[in-house]
Amino acid sequence: MPRNYIARRIAQEFKDGMYVNLGIGIPTESANYIPAGTQVFLQTENGGLMFGPKPKRGESNPDIANAGAEPITMMAGGAVFDVATSFAMIRGGHIDMTVVGALEVDEGGSIASWKIPGKLLTGMGGAMDLLYGCKRVIVAMTHTDKHGNPKIRKKCTLPLTAAGVVDMIITDKAVFRVAEAGLYLEELAPGITAAEVERLTEGTIMNIIEWEHIEIT
Amino acid sequence: MAVQITTQEAVKKIIDKSSVMIGGFLGAAVPLKMIDEIAAAGIKDLTVISIGAGYRGGGVDIGKMVLNKQIIKYVTSHVGTDPNLIKQIVNEEVELELSPMGTFVERVRAGGAGLGAVVTPVGMGTEVEAMAEKIIVDGKPYLLFKPIRADVAVIKAYRSDPLGNLQYQGMSNTNPVMATAADIVIAEVDEIVGVGEIACEQVGTPGIFVDYIVRGHSYEERKNIYEELWIATNKL
Repeated sequence: MPRNYIARRIAQEFKDGMYVNLGIGIPTESANYIPAGTQVFLQTENGGLMFGPKPKRGESNPDIANAGAEPITMMAGGAVFDVATSFAMIRGGHIDMTVVGALEVDEGGSIASWKIPGKLLTGMGGAMDLLYGCKRVIVAMTHTDKHGNPKIRKKCTLPLTAAGVVDMIITDKAVFRVAEAGLYLEELAPGITAAEVERLTEGTIMNIIEWEHIEIT
Repeated sequence: MAVQITTQEAVKKIIDKSSVMIGGFLGAAVPLKMIDEIAAAGIKDLTVISIGAGYRGGGVDIGKMVLNKQIIKYVTSHVGTDPNLIKQIVNEEVELELSPMGTFVERVRAGGAGLGAVVTPVGMGTEVEAMAEKIIVDGKPYLLFKPIRADVAVIKAYRSDPLGNLQYQGMSNTNPVMATAADIVIAEVDEIVGVGEIACEQVGTPGIFVDYIVRGHSYEERKNIYEELWIATNKL
């Protein structure tokens, strides 16, 4: 499955007028696939709202960059501000949706994305604030790690970034809705079977029987 | 009321074992010239307070102080961009104090605004609980963090007037907040203009907060520095 499959699928979640913060990597790529006629206001936590694509060489501004320190442009109607204002937007519940990557997500909607004890030390950055404050949280990631192990777990084994906040999981194999009762399989990626998804997912899929039924008929 | 001095004079305000706030975000809107002076002066045993480590890959902006091993404690929300700093933390050469980014900024704001604490729900249910005190407000659990202040804040703005009124352009990011939260505030600016040239509604940080103004690179020089950096790292 090509990498941009996930980015294209994320873009289907953009609704007109939404304020959205996109994490670094695949989530940021999804901005390239915003449907025509849909206006999405992109926020970056270092202090920008309504930013656009990267500038042309010679036209960059040393003080206009995204949260990954990459040059961006501000669109007409956009705004720049300080980081305290930015996190008032984020933590204060003013951002409609965030899309982030993860190391693990579990059936209770908890997410681990910032630390692997003894291996990965980066700090949480703005991830905890975003996951707590944004109205809707989508996790976008590959379905398994590079060794083929499930990244969707019954319970996260790594230190959490936030507990019980994830609303939707988009992977290269499937889309899940995360509800109080557990994981609901909503879509399969092209060529993927429900049985395969079940085998590569550690958390319990509440509606897997319905999907098996669909496949038989 | 601010005083205009040179970067060489300004760096003498920072002594060994000081705590130093540095404005900017992963290399953007950072006081480049003052950081070069700090690195050249070889000031030791600094507690550095900034929102995240320097530009990706390390060795740039505050990454120069990391290469010089001038930092003994780093107060931040993110170190993932500087592999040299991570190595020093793992080797216990640098003590690390982390808080979530929004909490970090509010801790600095509280430090500058005379508040006693930051009370936030962010980090509940995670390891961050161990970094703070838990308190209940109206039946809901929160984490209580202490304010952050520094001996010296070195911040970056676009322009200043002789009174120390600062104007920002682009993202001001941590600079306006850090301007309030240190005993000595040094503002590095692209240019210094006459009183009245920065209209009152364009003032991002009022001069009351600023002690010293230093001339950094001009805007054009900074634009070239960042374009070269971004092109060299395939970002432009």
